[in-house]
Amino acid sequence: MPKITYIVASGATTEIDVASGTSVMRAALQTGVPGILAECGGNTMCATCHVYVEESQLSLLSTMTAEEDALLDGVAADRRPNSRLSCQINMSPVLDGLRVYLPERQT
Amino acid sequence: MGVVSAPADGFALADRVCSAASRNAQPALDIDPFSIEYFEDPYPAQELVRESGSAVWLPRYSVWAVGRYEHVHTILNDWQTFCSSRGVGLSDFAQEKPWRPPSLVLETDPPEHDRARAVLARVLSPVVMKSLRTQFASAAERLVERLLDLRGFDAIADLAQAFPLSVFPDAVGMRADGREHLLPYASVVFNAFGPDNELRRQAIARSAPHVAWVAEQCRKENLAPVGLGAQIHAAADAGEISRPEAETLVRSLLSAGLDTTVNGIGAALYCLARFPRAWELLRANPMLARAAFEEAIRFESPVQTFFRTTTRVVTIGDIEIGEGQKVLMFLGAANRDPRRWPNPHVYDITRVTSGHVGFGSGVHMCVGQLLARLEAEVLLAALAQRIKSISIIGMPKRAFNNTLRGLDALPVMIDPA
Repeated sequence: MPKITYIVASGATTEIDVASGTSVMRAALQTGVPGILAECGGNTMCATCHVYVEESQLSLLSTMTAEEDALLDGVAADRRPNSRLSCQINMSPVLDGLRVYLPERQT
Repeated sequence: MGVVSAPADGFALADRVCSAASRNAQPALDIDPFSIEYFEDPYPAQELVRESGSAVWLPRYSVWAVGRYEHVHTILNDWQTFCSSRGVGLSDFAQEKPWRPPSLVLETDPPEHDRARAVLARVLSPVVMKSLRTQFASAAERLVERLLDLRGFDAIADLAQAFPLSVFPDAVGMRADGREHLLPYASVVFNAFGPDNELRRQAIARSAPHVAWVAEQCRKENLAPVGLGAQIHAAADAGEISRPEAETLVRSLLSAGLDTTVNGIGAALYCLARFPRAWELLRANPMLARAAFEEAIRFESPVQTFFRTTTRVVTIGDIEIGEGQKVLMFLGAANRDPRRWPNPHVYDITRVTSGHVGFGSGVHMCVGQLLARLEAEVLLAALAQRIKSISIIGMPKRAFNNTLRGLDALPVMIDPA
Protein backbone atom coordinates (compact mmCIF):
# COMPACT_ATOMS: atom_id res chain seq x y z
CA MET A 1 0.00 0.00 0.00
CA PRO A 2 1.28 3.49 -0.78
CA LYS A 3 2.60 5.51 2.15
CA ILE A 4 1.77 9.11 3.10
CA THR A 5 3.70 11.23 5.57
CA TYR A 6 1.82 14.06 7.25
CA ILE A 7 3.91 16.82 8.81
CA VAL A 8 2.00 19.08 11.22
CA ALA A 9 2.91 22.74 11.70
CA SER A 10 4.98 21.93 14.81
CA GLY A 11 7.07 19.51 12.75
CA ALA A 12 5.74 16.22 14.15
CA THR A 13 5.31 13.57 11.47
CA THR A 14 2.88 10.70 11.04
CA GLU A 15 3.49 8.03 8.42
CA ILE A 16 0.63 5.77 7.33
CA ASP A 17 -0.07 3.11 4.74
CA VAL A 18 -3.16 3.86 2.71
CA ALA A 19 -5.21 1.74 0.35
CA SER A 20 -5.07 2.97 -3.25
CA GLY A 21 -8.12 5.10 -4.07
CA THR A 22 -8.35 6.58 -0.57
CA SER A 23 -7.97 10.35 -0.47
CA VAL A 24 -5.24 12.03 1.55
CA MET A 25 -8.07 13.78 3.47
CA ARG A 26 -9.95 10.59 4.35
CA ALA A 27 -6.79 8.73 5.35
CA ALA A 28 -5.97 11.53 7.81
CA LEU A 29 -9.44 11.48 9.38
CA GLN A 30 -9.49 7.69 9.59
CA THR A 31 -6.20 7.54 11.45
CA GLY A 32 -6.74 10.60 13.63
CA VAL A 33 -4.04 12.81 12.09
CA PRO A 34 -4.87 16.27 13.41
CA GLY A 35 -5.01 19.41 11.30
CA ILE A 36 -7.48 18.40 8.61
CA LEU A 37 -11.13 19.31 9.23
CA ALA A 38 -12.89 18.40 5.96
CA GLU A 39 -16.09 20.07 7.07
CA CYS A 40 -17.89 19.26 3.82
CA GLY A 41 -16.91 15.59 3.96
CA GLY A 42 -15.03 15.58 0.66
CA ASN A 43 -17.56 17.34 -1.57
CA THR A 44 -15.11 20.05 -2.77
CA MET A 45 -17.02 22.81 -1.02
CA CYS A 46 -15.29 24.03 2.12
CA ALA A 47 -11.49 24.38 1.70
CA THR A 48 -10.83 22.99 5.21
CA CYS A 49 -8.63 20.06 4.13
CA HIS A 50 -5.87 22.30 2.81
CA VAL A 51 -2.33 20.85 2.62
CA TYR A 52 1.04 21.92 1.24
CA VAL A 53 2.46 19.18 -0.96
CA GLU A 54 6.21 18.47 -0.99
CA GLU A 55 7.30 20.60 -3.93
CA SER A 56 9.30 17.90 -5.69
CA GLN A 57 6.18 15.69 -5.73
CA LEU A 58 3.71 18.27 -7.05
CA SER A 59 4.09 17.09 -10.63
CA LEU A 60 2.93 13.59 -9.64
CA LEU A 61 -0.53 14.86 -8.77
CA SER A 62 -3.38 15.18 -11.22
CA THR A 63 -4.01 18.78 -12.29
CA MET A 64 -6.46 20.68 -10.17
CA THR A 65 -9.99 21.47 -11.31
CA ALA A 66 -11.24 25.05 -11.61
CA GLU A 67 -13.42 24.29 -8.56
CA GLU A 68 -10.44 23.35 -6.40
CA ASP A 69 -8.47 26.35 -7.68
CA ALA A 70 -11.28 28.75 -6.67
CA LEU A 71 -11.63 27.14 -3.23
CA LEU A 72 -7.89 27.42 -2.59
CA ASP A 73 -8.26 31.21 -2.91
CA GLY A 74 -10.39 31.04 0.25
CA VAL A 75 -8.20 28.87 2.52
CA ALA A 76 -7.61 30.21 6.02
CA ALA A 77 -3.80 29.88 5.94
CA ASP A 78 -1.64 31.34 3.13
CA ARG A 79 -2.18 29.89 -0.29
CA ARG A 80 1.14 28.85 -1.78
CA PRO A 81 2.10 27.36 -5.15
CA ASN A 82 2.08 23.88 -3.54
CA SER A 83 -1.35 24.29 -1.90
CA ARG A 84 -3.88 21.55 -2.64
CA LEU A 85 -7.11 20.27 -1.14
CA SER A 86 -6.37 16.83 0.29
CA CYS A 87 -9.85 15.54 -0.60
CA GLN A 88 -8.81 15.84 -4.24
CA ILE A 89 -5.65 13.73 -3.93
CA ASN A 90 -6.44 10.05 -4.28
CA MET A 91 -3.61 7.72 -3.34
CA SER A 92 -2.12 5.41 -5.96
CA PRO A 93 1.16 3.48 -6.27
CA VAL A 94 2.73 6.41 -8.12
CA LEU A 95 2.15 8.60 -5.05
CA ASP A 96 3.91 6.17 -2.70
CA GLY A 97 5.98 8.23 -0.25
CA LEU A 98 3.89 11.41 -0.63
CA ARG A 99 4.73 14.09 1.94
CA VAL A 100 2.14 16.72 2.87
CA TYR A 101 2.58 19.63 5.28
CA LEU A 102 -0.45 20.76 7.29
CA PRO A 103 -1.16 24.48 7.61
CA GLU A 104 -1.51 26.13 11.01
CA ARG A 105 -5.21 26.66 10.53
CA GLN A 106 -8.09 25.47 8.39
CA THR A 107 -10.77 28.01 9.42
CA MET B 1 -51.17 8.12 14.09
CA GLY B 2 -50.66 11.86 14.32
CA VAL B 3 -53.38 14.39 15.00
CA VAL B 4 -52.80 16.44 11.89
CA SER B 5 -51.61 13.76 9.51
CA ALA B 6 -53.65 12.57 6.59
CA PRO B 7 -53.01 10.08 3.81
CA ALA B 8 -51.51 11.67 0.73
CA ASP B 9 -54.73 11.57 -1.27
CA GLY B 10 -54.47 12.95 -4.75
CA PHE B 11 -51.36 10.97 -5.47
CA ALA B 12 -51.25 7.97 -7.75
CA LEU B 13 -51.14 5.57 -4.83
CA ALA B 14 -52.86 2.55 -6.26
CA ASP B 15 -50.24 1.22 -8.62
CA ARG B 16 -47.40 1.88 -6.20
CA VAL B 17 -49.17 -0.06 -3.44
CA CYS B 18 -49.76 -2.96 -5.85
CA SER B 19 -46.11 -3.06 -6.88
CA ALA B 20 -45.16 -3.18 -3.22
CA ALA B 21 -47.67 -5.89 -2.42
CA SER B 22 -46.03 -8.18 -4.93
CA ARG B 23 -42.89 -7.94 -2.80
CA ASN B 24 -44.62 -8.44 0.52
CA ALA B 25 -41.67 -10.23 2.07
CA GLN B 26 -40.01 -6.86 2.44
CA PRO B 27 -40.26 -4.84 5.63
CA ALA B 28 -43.11 -2.35 5.94
CA LEU B 29 -43.72 0.09 8.78
CA ASP B 30 -46.90 1.82 9.80
CA ILE B 31 -45.29 5.07 10.91
CA ASP B 32 -46.10 8.65 9.97
CA PRO B 33 -42.88 10.70 9.95
CA PHE B 34 -44.92 13.82 9.21
CA SER B 35 -47.20 13.71 12.27
CA ILE B 36 -47.10 15.84 15.40
CA GLU B 37 -46.72 12.68 17.49
CA TYR B 38 -43.59 11.77 15.50
CA PHE B 39 -42.14 15.30 15.70
CA GLU B 40 -42.51 15.23 19.51
CA ASP B 41 -40.15 12.24 19.71
CA PRO B 42 -38.84 11.00 16.36
CA TYR B 43 -36.12 8.72 17.72
CA PRO B 44 -38.06 5.46 18.33
CA ALA B 45 -39.54 5.58 14.81
CA GLN B 46 -36.16 6.50 13.32
CA GLU B 47 -34.63 3.50 15.03
CA LEU B 48 -37.39 1.29 13.60
CA VAL B 49 -36.66 2.57 10.09
CA ARG B 50 -32.93 2.05 10.56
CA GLU B 51 -33.16 -1.41 12.11
CA SER B 52 -35.98 -2.90 10.02
CA GLY B 53 -33.97 -3.09 6.83
CA SER B 54 -31.78 -1.29 4.33
CA ALA B 55 -34.98 0.12 2.84
CA VAL B 56 -38.44 -0.04 4.40
CA TRP B 57 -41.83 0.40 2.74
CA LEU B 58 -44.10 3.04 4.30
CA PRO B 59 -47.60 2.04 3.16
CA ARG B 60 -49.14 5.24 4.50
CA TYR B 61 -47.40 7.26 1.79
CA SER B 62 -46.37 4.50 -0.61
CA VAL B 63 -42.71 5.43 -0.38
CA TRP B 64 -39.49 3.69 0.55
CA ALA B 65 -37.71 4.91 3.66
CA VAL B 66 -33.97 4.70 4.23
CA GLY B 67 -32.36 5.39 7.60
CA ARG B 68 -28.91 3.79 7.65
CA TYR B 69 -25.95 6.10 7.15
CA GLU B 70 -24.32 3.97 4.47
CA HIS B 71 -27.40 3.91 2.25
CA VAL B 72 -28.45 7.51 2.81
CA HIS B 73 -24.92 8.57 1.87
CA THR B 74 -24.95 6.35 -1.21
CA ILE B 75 -28.30 7.73 -2.38
CA LEU B 76 -27.18 11.33 -1.89
CA ASN B 77 -24.12 10.65 -4.02
CA ASP B 78 -25.93 8.86 -6.88
CA TRP B 79 -27.98 11.52 -8.62
CA GLN B 80 -28.12 9.41 -11.79
CA THR B 81 -30.24 6.77 -10.01
CA PHE B 82 -31.90 8.95 -7.34
CA CYS B 83 -32.98 12.08 -9.15
CA SER B 84 -34.10 15.43 -7.77
CA SER B 85 -35.84 16.74 -10.88
CA ARG B 86 -39.07 14.94 -9.92
CA GLY B 87 -39.10 16.90 -6.66
CA VAL B 88 -37.33 16.39 -3.34
CA GLY B 89 -40.62 16.25 -1.45
CA LEU B 90 -43.34 13.60 -1.56
CA SER B 91 -45.01 15.21 -4.56
CA ASP B 92 -43.82 13.65 -7.84
CA PHE B 93 -43.36 16.41 -10.41
CA ALA B 94 -43.84 13.82 -13.15
CA GLN B 95 -47.42 13.37 -11.93
CA GLU B 96 -48.32 16.59 -10.14
CA LYS B 97 -47.82 20.28 -10.80
CA PRO B 98 -45.33 21.71 -8.25
CA TRP B 99 -46.79 24.29 -5.86
CA ARG B 100 -44.24 26.85 -7.13
CA PRO B 101 -41.90 26.95 -10.15
CA PRO B 102 -39.15 24.43 -9.30
CA SER B 103 -35.81 25.53 -7.88
CA LEU B 104 -32.96 25.65 -10.42
CA VAL B 105 -30.61 23.87 -8.04
CA LEU B 106 -32.58 21.81 -5.51
CA GLU B 107 -35.08 20.38 -7.96
CA THR B 108 -32.90 19.73 -11.03
CA ASP B 109 -30.29 17.15 -12.07
CA PRO B 110 -26.90 17.58 -13.72
CA PRO B 111 -25.94 18.82 -16.23
CA GLU B 112 -28.70 21.46 -16.05
CA HIS B 113 -28.21 21.74 -12.28
CA ASP B 114 -24.49 22.47 -12.48
CA ARG B 115 -24.67 25.78 -14.32
CA ALA B 116 -26.93 27.37 -11.70
CA ARG B 117 -25.11 25.69 -8.85
CA ALA B 118 -21.77 27.12 -10.01
CA VAL B 119 -23.16 30.65 -9.66
CA LEU B 120 -24.39 30.05 -6.10
CA ALA B 121 -21.17 28.24 -5.12
CA ARG B 122 -19.16 31.26 -6.24
CA VAL B 123 -21.43 33.73 -4.43
CA LEU B 124 -21.19 31.67 -1.22
CA SER B 125 -17.51 30.66 -1.54
CA PRO B 126 -14.80 30.66 1.15
CA VAL B 127 -13.41 33.88 -0.36
CA VAL B 128 -16.76 35.66 0.12
CA MET B 129 -17.07 34.28 3.65
CA LYS B 130 -13.72 35.83 4.55
CA SER B 131 -15.07 39.21 3.46
CA LEU B 132 -18.14 38.84 5.71
CA ARG B 133 -16.38 37.54 8.82
CA THR B 134 -15.47 40.83 10.53
CA GLN B 135 -18.90 42.40 10.23
CA PHE B 136 -20.64 39.19 11.31
CA ALA B 137 -18.36 38.87 14.36
CA SER B 138 -19.07 42.47 15.40
CA ALA B 139 -22.81 41.92 15.07
CA ALA B 140 -22.53 38.81 17.23
CA GLU B 141 -20.64 40.70 19.93
CA ARG B 142 -23.24 43.50 19.94
CA LEU B 143 -26.09 41.00 20.27
CA VAL B 144 -24.43 39.11 23.14
CA GLU B 145 -23.84 42.47 24.84
CA ARG B 146 -27.58 43.26 24.69
CA LEU B 147 -28.53 39.81 25.96
CA LEU B 148 -26.20 40.21 28.94
CA ASP B 149 -28.35 43.16 29.99
CA LEU B 150 -31.51 41.08 29.70
CA ARG B 151 -30.13 37.97 31.48
CA GLY B 152 -33.38 36.06 30.84
CA PHE B 153 -34.70 35.73 27.28
CA ASP B 154 -35.99 33.37 24.59
CA ALA B 155 -32.94 31.73 22.99
CA ILE B 156 -34.92 31.14 19.79
CA ALA B 157 -36.53 34.54 19.08
CA ASP B 158 -33.93 36.71 20.78
CA LEU B 159 -30.82 34.79 19.70
CA ALA B 160 -31.25 32.00 17.11
CA GLN B 161 -33.57 34.17 15.00
CA ALA B 162 -32.29 37.59 15.97
CA PHE B 163 -28.70 36.96 14.92
CA PRO B 164 -29.24 35.63 11.38
CA LEU B 165 -31.90 38.33 10.88
CA SER B 166 -29.33 40.95 11.89
CA VAL B 167 -26.72 39.83 9.33
CA PHE B 168 -28.20 37.70 6.54
CA PRO B 169 -30.75 40.06 4.91
CA ASP B 170 -28.14 42.83 4.85
CA ALA B 171 -25.50 40.51 3.39
CA VAL B 172 -27.95 39.57 0.62
CA GLY B 173 -28.76 43.26 0.13
CA MET B 174 -32.46 43.07 0.86
CA ARG B 175 -34.85 45.97 1.29
CA ALA B 176 -35.45 47.07 4.86
CA ASP B 177 -39.22 46.63 4.69
CA GLY B 178 -41.03 43.30 4.62
CA ARG B 179 -38.29 41.12 6.07
CA GLU B 180 -40.90 39.62 8.40
CA HIS B 181 -42.02 37.56 5.37
CA LEU B 182 -38.74 35.60 5.28
CA LEU B 183 -39.31 33.07 8.05
CA PRO B 184 -42.96 32.38 7.14
CA TYR B 185 -41.93 31.92 3.49
CA ALA B 186 -39.23 29.42 4.40
CA SER B 187 -41.71 27.61 6.63
CA VAL B 188 -44.02 27.17 3.62
CA VAL B 189 -41.18 25.88 1.44
CA PHE B 190 -40.10 23.27 3.96
CA ASN B 191 -43.65 22.22 4.87
CA ALA B 192 -44.40 21.77 1.18
CA PHE B 193 -41.90 18.90 0.88
CA GLY B 194 -44.18 16.86 3.12
CA PRO B 195 -47.46 15.07 2.38
CA ASP B 196 -50.79 16.78 1.87
CA ASN B 197 -51.38 17.09 5.61
CA GLU B 198 -52.72 19.94 7.73
CA LEU B 199 -49.26 21.52 8.06
CA ARG B 200 -48.76 21.63 4.30
CA ARG B 201 -52.31 22.70 3.45
CA GLN B 202 -52.32 25.55 5.95
CA ALA B 203 -48.84 26.68 4.95
CA ILE B 204 -49.74 26.87 1.26
CA ALA B 205 -53.15 28.45 1.98
CA ARG B 206 -51.41 31.31 3.79
CA SER B 207 -48.47 31.60 1.44
CA ALA B 208 -49.69 34.20 -1.08
CA PRO B 209 -48.41 37.39 0.61
CA HIS B 210 -45.05 35.78 1.42
CA VAL B 211 -44.63 34.43 -2.11
CA ALA B 212 -45.49 37.84 -3.60
CA TRP B 213 -43.02 39.68 -1.37
CA VAL B 214 -40.21 37.19 -2.05
CA ALA B 215 -40.78 37.41 -5.83
CA GLU B 216 -40.38 41.19 -5.66
CA GLN B 217 -37.32 40.96 -3.44
CA CYS B 218 -35.58 38.67 -5.93
CA ARG B 219 -35.62 41.33 -8.67
CA LYS B 220 -32.38 43.12 -9.42
CA GLU B 221 -33.83 46.59 -8.80
CA ASN B 222 -34.92 45.57 -5.31
CA LEU B 223 -31.48 44.36 -4.24
CA ALA B 224 -28.65 46.57 -3.02
CA PRO B 225 -25.92 47.21 -5.64
CA VAL B 226 -23.43 45.36 -3.42
CA GLY B 227 -24.28 42.04 -1.80
CA LEU B 228 -24.91 38.35 -2.41
CA GLY B 229 -28.09 39.09 -4.38
CA ALA B 230 -26.30 41.55 -6.64
CA GLN B 231 -23.55 38.99 -7.26
CA ILE B 232 -26.13 36.50 -8.51
CA HIS B 233 -27.54 39.14 -10.84
CA ALA B 234 -24.02 39.95 -12.01
CA ALA B 235 -23.94 36.42 -13.45
CA ALA B 236 -26.99 37.40 -15.51
CA ASP B 237 -25.31 40.66 -16.56
CA ALA B 238 -22.38 38.55 -17.78
CA GLY B 239 -24.72 36.29 -19.75
CA GLU B 240 -23.91 33.22 -17.65
CA ILE B 241 -27.57 32.81 -16.67
CA SER B 242 -30.77 34.60 -17.71
CA ARG B 243 -32.42 37.35 -15.67
CA PRO B 244 -35.37 35.11 -14.63
CA GLU B 245 -32.86 32.43 -13.63
CA ALA B 246 -31.01 34.97 -11.48
CA GLU B 247 -34.28 35.83 -9.75
CA THR B 248 -35.02 32.15 -9.11
CA LEU B 249 -31.51 31.70 -7.67
CA VAL B 250 -31.98 34.66 -5.34
CA ARG B 251 -35.20 32.93 -4.30
CA SER B 252 -33.11 29.88 -3.31
CA LEU B 253 -31.03 32.11 -1.09
CA LEU B 254 -34.13 33.53 0.58
CA SER B 255 -35.84 30.12 0.91
CA ALA B 256 -32.93 28.16 2.27
CA GLY B 257 -30.62 30.76 3.78
CA LEU B 258 -32.40 31.87 6.90
CA ASP B 259 -34.78 29.40 8.53
CA THR B 260 -32.14 26.68 8.23
CA THR B 261 -29.47 28.73 10.00
CA VAL B 262 -32.03 29.74 12.64
CA ASN B 263 -32.72 26.07 13.31
CA GLY B 264 -29.03 25.17 13.18
CA ILE B 265 -28.07 27.85 15.68
CA GLY B 266 -31.13 26.98 17.78
CA ALA B 267 -30.00 23.34 17.79
CA ALA B 268 -26.52 24.33 18.99
CA LEU B 269 -27.94 26.51 21.78
CA TYR B 270 -30.36 23.78 22.85
CA CYS B 271 -27.49 21.25 22.93
CA LEU B 272 -25.11 23.53 24.83
CA ALA B 273 -27.81 24.31 27.40
CA ARG B 274 -28.53 20.60 27.93
CA PHE B 275 -24.94 19.31 27.92
CA PRO B 276 -23.00 21.37 30.49
CA ARG B 277 -19.76 19.48 29.85
CA ALA B 278 -19.83 20.53 26.21
CA TRP B 279 -20.48 24.12 27.31
CA GLU B 280 -17.51 23.99 29.69
CA LEU B 281 -15.25 22.68 26.91
CA LEU B 282 -16.40 25.48 24.63
CA ARG B 283 -15.87 28.11 27.31
CA ALA B 284 -12.36 26.82 27.94
CA ASN B 285 -11.61 26.91 24.21
CA PRO B 286 -13.85 29.16 22.08
CA MET B 287 -11.99 27.81 19.02
CA LEU B 288 -14.34 24.83 19.41
CA ALA B 289 -17.30 27.00 18.32
CA ARG B 290 -17.33 25.57 14.82
CA ALA B 291 -17.08 22.00 16.11
CA ALA B 292 -19.91 22.68 18.58
CA PHE B 293 -22.11 23.82 15.71
CA GLU B 294 -21.17 20.95 13.40
CA GLU B 295 -21.92 18.38 16.11
CA ALA B 296 -25.28 20.07 16.77
CA ILE B 297 -26.11 19.66 13.07
CA ARG B 298 -25.29 15.97 13.32
CA PHE B 299 -27.09 15.54 16.63
CA GLU B 300 -30.31 17.45 15.83
CA SER B 301 -30.32 17.34 12.01
CA PRO B 302 -32.33 20.56 11.55
CA VAL B 303 -33.17 19.39 8.01
CA GLN B 304 -34.63 16.00 8.83
CA THR B 305 -35.62 14.49 5.52
CA PHE B 306 -35.53 14.81 1.76
CA PHE B 307 -36.94 12.62 -1.01
CA ARG B 308 -35.43 11.39 -4.24
CA THR B 309 -37.15 9.55 -7.12
CA THR B 310 -35.61 6.42 -8.68
CA THR B 311 -34.77 6.60 -12.38
CA ARG B 312 -34.34 2.82 -12.73
CA VAL B 313 -34.72 -0.42 -10.82
CA VAL B 314 -32.11 -0.35 -8.08
CA THR B 315 -31.03 -2.40 -5.09
CA ILE B 316 -30.50 -0.70 -1.74
CA GLY B 317 -28.67 -3.16 0.48
CA ASP B 318 -30.73 -6.31 -0.11
CA ILE B 319 -33.97 -4.57 -1.11
CA GLU B 320 -34.97 -4.09 -4.72
CA ILE B 321 -36.79 -0.87 -5.56
CA GLY B 322 -38.63 -0.20 -8.80
CA GLU B 323 -38.27 2.72 -11.20
CA GLY B 324 -40.22 5.92 -10.46
CA GLN B 325 -40.42 5.29 -6.71
CA LYS B 326 -40.13 8.01 -4.10
CA VAL B 327 -37.37 7.30 -1.57
CA LEU B 328 -37.47 9.16 1.74
CA MET B 329 -34.02 9.71 3.24
CA PHE B 330 -33.96 10.09 7.03
CA LEU B 331 -30.93 12.35 7.44
CA GLY B 332 -31.52 12.49 11.20
CA ALA B 333 -31.56 8.69 11.48
CA ALA B 334 -28.38 8.40 9.40
CA ASN B 335 -26.66 10.97 11.60
CA ARG B 336 -27.41 8.77 14.62
CA ASP B 337 -26.70 5.41 13.03
CA PRO B 338 -24.61 3.45 15.55
CA ARG B 339 -22.96 1.62 12.62
CA ARG B 340 -21.28 4.92 11.74
CA TRP B 341 -21.22 7.00 14.94
CA PRO B 342 -19.95 5.81 18.33
CA ASN B 343 -22.36 6.88 21.11
CA PRO B 344 -24.63 8.53 18.52
CA HIS B 345 -27.10 9.91 21.08
CA VAL B 346 -24.43 11.90 22.90
CA TYR B 347 -23.64 15.51 21.95
CA ASP B 348 -19.82 15.49 21.89
CA ILE B 349 -18.08 18.56 20.48
CA THR B 350 -14.74 16.76 20.29
CA ARG B 351 -16.15 14.21 17.84
CA VAL B 352 -14.86 13.98 14.24
CA THR B 353 -18.10 14.95 12.50
CA SER B 354 -16.83 15.07 8.92
CA GLY B 355 -19.13 13.01 6.75
CA HIS B 356 -22.39 13.70 8.59
CA VAL B 357 -25.31 14.23 6.24
CA GLY B 358 -26.96 17.14 8.06
CA PHE B 359 -26.07 19.35 5.08
CA GLY B 360 -26.65 16.48 2.67
CA SER B 361 -23.83 15.18 0.46
CA GLY B 362 -23.02 15.01 -3.22
CA VAL B 363 -24.01 17.48 -5.93
CA HIS B 364 -26.95 18.91 -3.96
CA MET B 365 -25.10 19.33 -0.67
CA CYS B 366 -26.13 22.58 1.02
CA VAL B 367 -24.51 25.37 -0.97
CA GLY B 368 -24.90 27.77 1.97
CA GLN B 369 -23.11 25.56 4.50
CA LEU B 370 -20.16 27.96 4.77
CA LEU B 371 -22.47 30.86 5.56
CA ALA B 372 -24.26 28.77 8.20
CA ARG B 373 -20.93 27.82 9.80
CA LEU B 374 -19.67 31.38 9.76
CA GLU B 375 -22.82 32.72 11.46
CA ALA B 376 -22.81 29.99 14.08
CA GLU B 377 -19.09 30.17 14.75
CA VAL B 378 -18.92 33.89 15.46
CA LEU B 379 -22.07 33.76 17.58
CA LEU B 380 -21.07 30.73 19.69
CA ALA B 381 -17.54 32.12 20.13
CA ALA B 382 -18.96 35.45 21.36
CA LEU B 383 -21.22 33.61 23.81
CA ALA B 384 -18.37 31.41 25.06
CA GLN B 385 -16.20 34.47 25.70
CA ARG B 386 -18.80 36.53 27.56
CA ILE B 387 -21.07 34.05 29.33
CA LYS B 388 -20.37 31.74 32.24
CA SER B 389 -23.48 29.59 32.07
CA ILE B 390 -26.66 29.13 30.09
CA SER B 391 -29.62 27.42 31.78
CA ILE B 392 -33.05 26.43 30.55
CA ILE B 393 -35.65 28.11 32.80
CA GLY B 394 -38.93 27.03 31.18
CA MET B 395 -40.44 24.36 28.95
CA PRO B 396 -38.91 24.42 25.45
CA LYS B 397 -41.66 24.62 22.82
CA ARG B 398 -41.20 22.56 19.69
CA ALA B 399 -41.87 23.99 16.24
CA PHE B 400 -43.70 21.66 13.85
CA ASN B 401 -42.68 21.51 10.22
CA ASN B 402 -42.72 18.67 7.67
CA THR B 403 -38.97 18.96 7.05
CA LEU B 404 -37.33 21.17 9.66
CA ARG B 405 -36.66 20.18 13.25
CA GLY B 406 -36.30 22.98 15.76
CA LEU B 407 -37.86 24.92 18.59
CA ASP B 408 -40.38 27.76 18.71
CA ALA B 409 -39.24 28.88 22.15
CA LEU B 410 -36.37 28.10 24.54
CA PRO B 411 -36.53 30.20 27.72
CA VAL B 412 -33.02 30.59 29.14
CA MET B 413 -31.07 32.53 31.75
CA ILE B 414 -27.43 33.47 31.25
CA ASP B 415 -24.77 34.51 33.75
CA PRO B 416 -21.93 36.79 32.70
CA ALA B 417 -18.41 35.38 32.79
